[in-house]
Amino acid sequence: MLLSLLIFLPLWYALVIALLPDNRWIRPVSLGLSLLHFFISTALFYQFDPSKPTMQLVEKAAWLPTFGINYFVGVDGISFWLVILSTFLTPLVILGSWTAIQDRVRSFHICMFLLLTSMIGTFLALDSILFYVFFEASLIPMYFLVGVWGGPRRLYATMKFFIYTMAGSLFMLVAIIALIFMAEEQLGVMSASILDFYKLDIPFVAGDWLNTQTLLFFAFAVAFAIKVPMFPVHTWLPDAHVEAPTPGSVILAAVMLKMGTYGFMRFVLPIFPEASEYFAWLFMLLGAIGIIYGALVAMVQPDIKKLVAYSSVSHMGYVMLGLFALNIYGATGGLYQMLNHGISTGALFLLVGMIYERTHSRMIADYGGLAKVAPIYAIVFLIVTFSSIAVPLTNGFVGEFLILLGAFAADKILAGVAVLGVILGAVYMLWAVKRIFFGQEGKVLAEHHGDMDMGAREMIVMAPLVLLIFWMGIFPGDFLHWSKASLDHLIDNRTHYELNVEE
Amino acid sequence: MNHALLILTLLLAPLLGFVFNGLRFRSANGVLAGAVATAASTISFLCSIALYAILLSRPEEERHLATRFYEWISVGNLKIPFGFVVDQISGIMILIITGVGSLIHLFSIGYMSHDERPAKFFAYLNLFLFNMLLLVLGDNMVVTFVGWEGVGLCSYLLIGFWFSDPDKASAGMKAFVTNRIGDAGFIIGMFILFFTFGSLSYADLIELVPKTVETTWFGPVTLACLFLFIGAAGKSAQIPLYVWLPDAMAGPTPVSALIHAATMVTAGVYLFVRLSPILILAPHAMEVIAWTGAATALVAATIGMTQWDIKKILAYSTVSQLGYMFLAVGVGAFTAALFHLMTHAFFKALMFLGSGSVIHGMHEEQDVRKMGGLRKYMPITHATFVLGWLAIIGMPPFAGFFSKDEILWQAYSSPHGSKALWLVGAVTAVCTAFYMTRLMALTFWGKSRFGRDVHPHESGPTMTIPLIVLGILSIIGGWAGIPHVMGEILPGHPPNLIQNWLSPVIGKVEAGHGSAVVEWALMAVSVSLAGLAAVLAYYSYVMHPKVAEAAAKAFGPVHRAMANKYYVDEFYFGAIINPLVRTSKAIWYYVDVKLIDKATYVAGDLVSGLASFVKTVQSGKTQNYALYMAMGLVVIIAVALAS
Repeated sequence: MLLSLLIFLPLWYALVIALLPDNRWIRPVSLGLSLLHFFISTALFYQFDPSKPTMQLVEKAAWLPTFGINYFVGVDGISFWLVILSTFLTPLVILGSWTAIQDRVRSFHICMFLLLTSMIGTFLALDSILFYVFFEASLIPMYFLVGVWGGPRRLYATMKFFIYTMAGSLFMLVAIIALIFMAEEQLGVMSASILDFYKLDIPFVAGDWLNTQTLLFFAFAVAFAIKVPMFPVHTWLPDAHVEAPTPGSVILAAVMLKMGTYGFMRFVLPIFPEASEYFAWLFMLLGAIGIIYGALVAMVQPDIKKLVAYSSVSHMGYVMLGLFALNIYGATGGLYQMLNHGISTGALFLLVGMIYERTHSRMIADYGGLAKVAPIYAIVFLIVTFSSIAVPLTNGFVGEFLILLGAFAADKILAGVAVLGVILGAVYMLWAVKRIFFGQEGKVLAEHHGDMDMGAREMIVMAPLVLLIFWMGIFPGDFLHWSKASLDHLIDNRTHYELNVEE
Repeated sequence: MNHALLILTLLLAPLLGFVFNGLRFRSANGVLAGAVATAASTISFLCSIALYAILLSRPEEERHLATRFYEWISVGNLKIPFGFVVDQISGIMILIITGVGSLIHLFSIGYMSHDERPAKFFAYLNLFLFNMLLLVLGDNMVVTFVGWEGVGLCSYLLIGFWFSDPDKASAGMKAFVTNRIGDAGFIIGMFILFFTFGSLSYADLIELVPKTVETTWFGPVTLACLFLFIGAAGKSAQIPLYVWLPDAMAGPTPVSALIHAATMVTAGVYLFVRLSPILILAPHAMEVIAWTGAATALVAATIGMTQWDIKKILAYSTVSQLGYMFLAVGVGAFTAALFHLMTHAFFKALMFLGSGSVIHGMHEEQDVRKMGGLRKYMPITHATFVLGWLAIIGMPPFAGFFSKDEILWQAYSSPHGSKALWLVGAVTAVCTAFYMTRLMALTFWGKSRFGRDVHPHESGPTMTIPLIVLGILSIIGGWAGIPHVMGEILPGHPPNLIQNWLSPVIGKVEAGHGSAVVEWALMAVSVSLAGLAAVLAYYSYVMHPKVAEAAAKAFGPVHRAMANKYYVDEFYFGAIINPLVRTSKAIWYYVDVKLIDKATYVAGDLVSGLASFVKTVQSGKTQNYALYMAMGLVVIIAVALAS
């Protein structure tokens, strides 16, 4: 019952928002409902047993039984934190958008809750068709978020974003249908259950690019790689981020990109173990290129939001590098880095939004000397920067260290390349920090005379994120132990992966 | 009090000091901030003394106080506890860090009294102390790395403390990024050790590494040590990564004394002393370290001879002295390395604080050409500076003599040493004596060259007391390591305390060659050469200032190269940084915009071309659509099952 509540309650919240008689109530009610939802999601801490590598709290109901398609949801150590991440960030985003979103407030909050349903649904779905529906459904509210509340080139950005991801997902749909039929052939009944897909014996021939497993592997991999996004299919991301309103950017970077990496962990690695291993080098290579490429391009961005967007390409490159190292260090680091990226990049987008609201400029060259007039903002920005560049005792270090360790075990050369990202990360972030915060007061500060520093509301938005940066950096065990059993199971039994279910 | 509690207090005191001052970072109350920070540091110092006393009270084989707080990272076989150990090596380190650190905190109260944000300054200083203690106390390499990056972070924050000046902000960034280059090497070094030997705890590594000397360049220990040396070269300012340290002088002077002279920059030396039982198995790595250290010592000393900024001279001097320490590490003279680390901490902290006192007294003037004759105005600063000067140029019986002489002797006599290494070290000693005497002459002696409106004054007691204490240590600090040949003839036969103390925990190389006569002779040579160089500098900068100018002219191109720091920064910018930025802009434009997006549009055009064909199929009849869907499914199935 809990998981269905987590998925579908936000639809009711959206209805409540739609029916509110007074526009002034929308923001507080929306914030209250999102907090309530986060509170409900913490019930997972009591009901989920981290010692077992099983699918827990499973719910199943017939949907299209003829085709073996069911409403089938469950949670394990891999999806656990991604669900919490979604419910945790939503209230922060809603509070963060308090003053930034001024028109069509009602529709905006409805979009946020629709988005929440689709995100949680994606992470909890155990039926591939159900997964696909949520995965695709998430595009619609995001499409509106960017298209309605976005910047001047929002139509171009939304089209690009939509077409890229749709194109990828179509491959996935084809592959899912193929797997359903394959299930009928091998298991006797049609089944769209991901857990049944794990049992399939999908023929693989090394060296032959047109064998079944390789084709299906790439069909999924392309869909997820676009979502991550991996180099070279990342170019939709900077445009989407630059045009998206702050809440859109935060959710997009913090949660929606994780649908891609999550897809690799849930589908690609366990369903296609041979192909994953055979092509691991390719994905590690693309991950390593993404790390360096994203960092270099981020370095020369004149627009701070685009810089953060390209830094996402770099950070998600680390995640992919870790996942395809196919060992426990890489997988653990990869999962941790997903959460880290959600927190640090989410925080960076929120911070960029705060200052944009005041000055209406995102050009780095317009700034300078901001630390003097906005000291608290500067401190928070620096802390988030340190998390982003993986300074020890922040969350970023634990993830990055484990990923590099895992990558080193798998491929020393690529790990060596990826380690250069440690240097370049510091370069692009600190260079931006220097130009924005230090030196003499720049153009916008000379023109702008309002209060530049954070207000109380903004501090409340950032406080939980800053707290988590240190908590996850100093006590990573508090977080990792919830996922340990599932990750160990995934790595140890990848070639004959099975998941048992529990109510 | 048990030792775990002592270690906890030792670490937490500066952390709490940081929190206290950090939360009230806007406060302008420098006395309160300074008092709290100094108290925190002093508490740590008292804990260090107590821990050291416990070590002393124990028999040699039990001098190992370990404690583990909790398991920090535990994944697969990787188990990283927050574990700390006080033994002979870290015992000395914590005494230096907290002892010298407390004096510098005290000094800062006076030095930062006119600053707008003293609380922020002291918060950072305490945070630095905390990280430095993590670095030396960690019982495994990852905890050391936490402190290692942490001190780099504090260094970044403190160099850029006056961030409104873009040069200072740039210097901070340069320091962090250069350190990060080193850290990348450190990370790889750790990975090699972890995957070869299965642990990153120092004790495990020393036990697990097979005791066979590697003869190739590609053995795991050799490779790991070389990568770790990249890390050490970043943190401890060795060629080719030393370039950040001179720029780091943009920070407040107490920071230069604490971080960029006495403690943080010696972290690389500490790391290799800690790993010495492993390092001795990698003679090739030792050779690289020895020669890099020797080259750094000489190059930095020659640059130091031509600088005019009092802090820059001391900065290059620090780079040079760190070079000596790595020379010692490279020839297997680990005791000498740590010994010189200690004496250098005393006399260089003294001279940096002295220069701070001068800068403070001269109202922020740093150019030695605008000083001169300050002896009259600042007697205490001058007197203590003299002690530091005698120590660094290696005059007996001052501290630097014993440690530097030990390094030179080992560079000559160790099986890993050579006459060439000794020669580089000796020439460096001559240069050192020259530039330090030049500094003394230009700053304190001779005629005053500042304007009538400048009224230099001696600093207050919070600044002079640390100078006096460090001055005393610069005299007696070296007596802990009196060489055997000297001990034999001295009354009471004083033992080489530091060598006896450290010998159970450091790697031992085979005994060196060379007799007592040679040792005495080399000692005499280096001391008298240094003395001569000092006289020469005194002659040409105090007695006949024209001589110095003429010499600079006579050695035109050489002098210019030195004065311009051999154009290394320019080279880095021209050969690495600017091309990297240009390349990045190019790939952004050509790959992202031109190539990938173009390709997408082409694909899009293809699709829309296809669509116009498909239009003809759109008949509007539902049954036709159903047919197409069925056909599509058939195709999909066919593809999927065609195996």
